[in-house]
Amino acid sequence: MPVVRDYLRSTALPHIWCPGCGHGIILAAILRALARIDPDRDEVVVVSGIGCASRAPGYLDFNTLHTTHGRALAFATGIKLAKPKLKVIVITGDGDAAAIGGNHLIHAARRNIGITTFCFNNSIYGMTGGQHSPVTPVGALATTAPYGQLEPSFDLCGLAQASGATFVARGTAYHAAGMTELAYQALTNEGFSFVEAISQCPVGYGRRNRMGDAVGMLKWQKDNTASVRAAERMAPEQLEGKILTGVLHANSRPEYTKAYDELVARLAQDKGGTGR
Amino acid sequence: MSARVALVQGNEACADGAIAAGCQFYAGYPITPSTEIAEIMAARLPRTGGRFIQMEDEIASMAAIIGASLAGLKAMTATSGPGFSLKQENIGFAAMCEVPCVVVNVQRAGPSTGGPTAPGQGDIMQARWGTHGDHPMVAFVPYSVRDTYDLTVAAFNCAEHLRTPTIVLLDEVIGHMREQVEYPERVRVVDRERPDPAITPPDEYLPFAHADGGVAPMADFGSGYRYHVTGLHHDERGMPTANPTEIDRLVRRLQAKMDLAAASWQLYEEMHVADADILIVAAGGPVRPAKRAVNMARANGIKAGLFIPQTVWPFPVKRLRELLGRAKAVVVPELNLGQLVLEIERHACVGGRAVPVHSLTRVDGELFTPAQLYAAIEEVS
Repeated sequence: MPVVRDYLRSTALPHIWCPGCGHGIILAAILRALARIDPDRDEVVVVSGIGCASRAPGYLDFNTLHTTHGRALAFATGIKLAKPKLKVIVITGDGDAAAIGGNHLIHAARRNIGITTFCFNNSIYGMTGGQHSPVTPVGALATTAPYGQLEPSFDLCGLAQASGATFVARGTAYHAAGMTELAYQALTNEGFSFVEAISQCPVGYGRRNRMGDAVGMLKWQKDNTASVRAAERMAPEQLEGKILTGVLHANSRPEYTKAYDELVARLAQDKGGTGR
Repeated sequence: MSARVALVQGNEACADGAIAAGCQFYAGYPITPSTEIAEIMAARLPRTGGRFIQMEDEIASMAAIIGASLAGLKAMTATSGPGFSLKQENIGFAAMCEVPCVVVNVQRAGPSTGGPTAPGQGDIMQARWGTHGDHPMVAFVPYSVRDTYDLTVAAFNCAEHLRTPTIVLLDEVIGHMREQVEYPERVRVVDRERPDPAITPPDEYLPFAHADGGVAPMADFGSGYRYHVTGLHHDERGMPTANPTEIDRLVRRLQAKMDLAAASWQLYEEMHVADADILIVAAGGPVRPAKRAVNMARANGIKAGLFIPQTVWPFPVKRLRELLGRAKAVVVPELNLGQLVLEIERHACVGGRAVPVHSLTRVDGELFTPAQLYAAIEEVS
């Protein structure tokens, strides 16, 4: 079985992420899940937008595409529909996926196109220095919310599920082993999968919000989350303020490129119509 | 197989040309007056083994065709002014990352929402400079239904040859006009050069090499060449770089594709130019009334001629300067407030002699009439 190192472009390292950033832990978890699947590396495509998380594909020894801000899923849709045999993975951040790219997330999920999306959620725009994102909690400080965030935050997993994703899960950098398991399930779902990976940004978020260093923020992830299985046995007051982790939604319906292939096959039988 | 004769709409000829050129992927978003192109591709592509998708917006459509092209398919989108504005960032990405694709803009009268069913040519400059930063951009402007077919084929061939996005600027009248056309039995089709594993093993592949000719072979995603594509400044392997020497080579090499386009893809037509004292320079919709006006002038003893640039970017400067060498005056009719004319004015000083250039503009959503153009010829003669 391949190991994480086998999937890295050694010449592209070291990475640009700050000390204490959670993105490396999450990326490693995804790569461990991929190693379990052991796909033909030539047939894996990793697509990203703009931001800290979106720098990940450059470090990976696959077909990799670092696109424009928010648009990773739209580029990935073109790749998957053009060549459905490719395994298409999108790595994005909370600003990239939920603000500028929100429309593409909704519609990729609605189509149930076979793309696995990992949203590295660190609650902040890290690359530009700590501005609030659509998931920054109410009251939290950011450079563009100097008196505390006024806007309510998005539930990204709820958004993905409501839009039609057939696999939705949430994990954290703290629960690295669990993250690998969720990534494996997401990567083996045929349709559109969405995984929210809670990460920590000690430099752009934690420091400003007095959450301590990276260790303190990882501990926050441990203390403020509950797995869906544990939640079943917890009282409502124990669950107050807890973020649910684990598989939040899974169902099955036709994958988009398969449906398109069936259309092409059906039309091949029927020579009339508008084909001229 | 005999040539097909049919009564065809300009937008239909655009779709026909795309399919003849090998287009197998279309992503688009409905917008007047380009929508017929999407409708035709939606019906035809799945019957030819191709793929059509209506995306959630214009930006996504542009992104999807870039993705499809990276996966190895010839890809196109079509839009009009407001959508063309939205696509600009990703058009620049395609230029920077050297991804061939074709963007059709069926121009309507602007600015802003403007006149969705009225012709305009207000996007001539936007086609060249709409996306930020220095970049190459080749744009074709057809003047008839048959020309739309031919130039759409040329746009695909040029995109594949130079590994760059190309633009076809129709206008509402060309897009919606129906004419009897005779399609050619076959067209010349250019396919992008791909790396050959027998010559270039994957670990030696440089997807963005600055090698001779300036265009490196392009590997399809999934073909065994695993490489990185980024809109950041990148080196020959495609990896981000902050090295000033690398950055300078990249940006200059990309821009030099305009010289390659000038050498291979500079198309134009002419009418009565050999002895022309009065030269009309017209592209797209204004060509038809200009032809009539030139004939009217000739019938009245005025030596008028017509130069029709079909490639507007890069503008056919060499031939223009030859014609300006003998012209006494130039008239440039455009359905905008004077965009193409700037390119002619730039070159209107030939051998120390400044040729007077008269800009004729119309932005009321209507066409030039032959009488209007004839009057302009008569006035300057």
